[in-house]
Amino acid sequence: MKITIDNITTEVEEGTTVLEAARAVNIDIPTLCYLEGMEPLGACRMCVVEVKGAKSLVASCSTPVRDGMEVSTNSARVRDARRTVMELLLSEHEGDCQLCERGADCELQELANRMGVKEIAFAGEKPAQFFDESTPALIRDTGKCIKCRRCMEVCKAVQNVGALAAQNRGYATVIGPAFAQDLDTVVCVQCGQCAAVCPVGAITERTHIPQVWQALDNPEKHVVVQTAPAIRAALGECFDYPPGTLVTGKMVSALRRLGFDGVFDTNFAADLTIMEEGTELLTRLKAVLSDKQEAALPQFTSCSPGWIKYAEHFYPEFLSNISSCKSPQQMFGAMAKTYYAEQKGIDPKDIVVVSVMPCTAKKYEAQREEMNDSGYQDVDYVLTTRELGRMIKEASIDFHKLEDDKMDSPLGLSSGAADIFANTGGVMEAALRTAYEIVTGRQLPVDNLHVTPIMGLEGVKEAALTIEKPLKEWAFLDGVELKTAVAHGLGNTSKLLDRIKAGEAEYHFIEIMTCPGGCIGGGGQPRFTTDEVRKQRIQAIYAEDEGKKLRKSHENPAIQEIYEKYLSKPLGERSHHYLHTKYIERSRV
Amino acid sequence: MAVDAQLDQKETDQGACCSDQLSEEEMALRIDEVIDTFSGVKGALIPVLQTAQNLFGYLAEPVLKKVSLRLNIPYSEVAGVVSFYSYFSTIPRGKNIVRVCLGTACYVRGGKEVLQSIQDYLGIDVGGTTDDRIFSLEIGRCFGACGLAPVVMINDHVYQRVKPSKVKDLLVPYRVSEPCGEEE
Repeated sequence: MKITIDNITTEVEEGTTVLEAARAVNIDIPTLCYLEGMEPLGACRMCVVEVKGAKSLVASCSTPVRDGMEVSTNSARVRDARRTVMELLLSEHEGDCQLCERGADCELQELANRMGVKEIAFAGEKPAQFFDESTPALIRDTGKCIKCRRCMEVCKAVQNVGALAAQNRGYATVIGPAFAQDLDTVVCVQCGQCAAVCPVGAITERTHIPQVWQALDNPEKHVVVQTAPAIRAALGECFDYPPGTLVTGKMVSALRRLGFDGVFDTNFAADLTIMEEGTELLTRLKAVLSDKQEAALPQFTSCSPGWIKYAEHFYPEFLSNISSCKSPQQMFGAMAKTYYAEQKGIDPKDIVVVSVMPCTAKKYEAQREEMNDSGYQDVDYVLTTRELGRMIKEASIDFHKLEDDKMDSPLGLSSGAADIFANTGGVMEAALRTAYEIVTGRQLPVDNLHVTPIMGLEGVKEAALTIEKPLKEWAFLDGVELKTAVAHGLGNTSKLLDRIKAGEAEYHFIEIMTCPGGCIGGGGQPRFTTDEVRKQRIQAIYAEDEGKKLRKSHENPAIQEIYEKYLSKPLGERSHHYLHTKYIERSRV
Repeated sequence: MAVDAQLDQKETDQGACCSDQLSEEEMALRIDEVIDTFSGVKGALIPVLQTAQNLFGYLAEPVLKKVSLRLNIPYSEVAGVVSFYSYFSTIPRGKNIVRVCLGTACYVRGGKEVLQSIQDYLGIDVGGTTDDRIFSLEIGRCFGACGLAPVVMINDHVYQRVKPSKVKDLLVPYRVSEPCGEEE
C-alpha cells in the first residue's frame, strides 16, 4: 500500500498502523500508552495525526493505513491537539518532579518539554491520591498515574496475571487491583513488569537505598554485596552506555567505592544451584526410571520468585514439580551467614547481605518467612539495577572513569554457566552442561557448549538430548531422550503448563523465567527494555560466558571447596537445611 | 443462548427484594447454576453479572470471585466492570429503592432540594442504604415524566410534583408496610 506521511511516500504492508509506517521512515510520533508488539490501546491520544479527508484527528497507533492515505504528523492542528492532550494530562498529574524517582527519565516530562508546554490551561481539581505500600516490592502512587494502561496490559497480556485493571469510570478511574484492594491481597506476583513500562512514577520499586547506606555507615556491620548475573549487562545503561555493554569490572570498583566489605557474585550461588538442582533432577529421574518409585516430573526450575508466586496462585498442582532449591539469591544469603561467617570468624548477626537484582520480586522473596534458615533473614536488602545506579550517582562516583576490578573470593568466583542464568534458556543450558557430564563423564556434545534450540526470544522453546553410553551408575539412562522446555514471560508459561495439563506435551525438565527475555528483561532493569535491548543484553551475557575458561558449574573450584569444607554433598543434610525450601498454595483470586 | 438466559432472568427480577434470605455462601452456590447456563457463551460476563444482581439484589464478594474463577476473567477485570456500571451494586441494597430524578426538568424545578430533604430524612447519601436496610437512595436521569417534575420513583411507583417538605409522608408508608408485598 502506498502512503504519504509528511510528503514522504512509502510502501507498507496492509495491516500496518500509521504509527509503524511513520517510524519506518524515521518520522517519530510521540506516544505514551503505546507498547511495542502489543495491541494498541489508543488511550492517551498523544499520537494523533491529521489524515487528509478525515474530519477529526486520529490516533496513529490504532489506525491502519489505507492505500493512498495522506498523513500529516506536524500540522498546526496536530501540534495544538497534542499540546492540549498534554496539558490535560499534566493538569491531573501530581507532578512533584524534583522529588520523583522518575525525575530523570520521566516520559511525561520529556514529552511535555518536547511539545513546548509552557503553561497548563486547565489547572483545577486533581483525582484523589493514595499510596499502596502493601508489598515488599512495589509502591503505587495513584496521584502520578496518567491512566495510560500500559501496566494493566503487561500484567494481563504478557504475564497472564491480571492483578491490575481499570476500576470505576471517568474522572474517578483508578488503574489498580479489584475494589481498591492493596496489591498484597491480590494475585500480584511482584514481578515489576508494570514498573518497567510505567511512563511516570506511578509504580516503582520499594527502595532499600536508605537502609543500605545506613548499614554501610555502621562500623559494627560487615556488609557484603552480591550481584545477579543480569546486572553486569545492564548497569552501564544507567550511565548512558549502549545496551549490551558489559561493565562487570567497573561495577565491582563502584561497589568497593560505595564501601562494601565484601564484593561477591550471585553467580557463585548460581553454580551452587546447578549442583543442587542438577542432582535433584537426576534423583527424580532415577526414582521414576530405575527404581519405579513416585517422583514428580517434569522438574521445574525455581530461580525466579515471580514464577514461584505465580505457580502458588494459579498452578498449585505443579508445586511438587518445582525444584526445592532456593534461588541463587537466597542460597547466597544462607551461605554468607553460615559458611562465610564461619570461615571469616564473624558473628552472622553482624553480617548484612545486600543483593543487587534485575528484579523487584527478589525484594519479596528475601522477606518470605521460609528465608531465615541461617537463623537470621538470609538476605537483608535488595537493590534493583536502577537503585544501584542511583547510589553510584549519589556518591558522585564517575562510573566511566572507574578501573576494572575483580570480585572477592570465595563467594565471588563463578563459571560461565552461572553468567547465562541471566537470560532465557541459560539455566537449562547450565544444568545440561553439568548434568550431562555427571551422567556420561563426557562434555555436553554441542557446539561451543551452547544448546541452540533454547536460545533466543521465542516464547516457548524445546530441546531434546539423547543420552548415550552413560557411566555405570547411570546405566538406566542409556538411550533415554531427555526432553526439556524453556518458557519466559508468565503468559508463555501458562500456555506451556496448560499443554502439559492437557497431556499434549511431556518433558523431564523445564526452565521458567518470569520476565520476557529472562532476568536481563527484569522489572528492576534500567528503562526502557525493548526486544532490541533484550537481544543486546543477552549477547553481552553470552560474551561474558564465552570469555571465561571456567564454563561449567561443577568445575568451579570455590564450589568444590564449599562441598569439601562445609556442605559435603549436593542434597546432603546441610544443603537440605540451608539451600532448599517449600512452597505454599495461595488463592487464585 | 445468551438472549434466552437474559429473558429468563427478567422473570426473576421481582424476586430481588427477597434475596436477603440467602447467605453470601448460598449465593456463591447459586451463581454456579447461573454460570452453567452461559457455558461457552462469549462475552458472558455482563449477562452473568446482570442475572446475579437481579437474583441477589447485590453482588457479594464470594459471588464475584466465583464469577472470576469460572469465567476465567481476572478478578480485577470483573471488579472493573462492576464498578464501571452504576447498575451493579456490591453492597446489600434496601428493600425499597428510592430514585430521585435529577434530569434537566426535575433539576430546575427543585429536584436537588427534594434529594437533600430525602438525604436528611433517611440520614444516608446517594448510593447509601439505611442501617435497617429498608431504603436505598439513588439518583435518576429522567424518567420521561418531565411534565410532572420534580419526580421521585420508589421501586416501580412514580410520585409527581414532590415537595421537599412532604418527603416524609411519601416514605413513611414504605417503612411500615411489608416491602415484598409492596411491589405486587
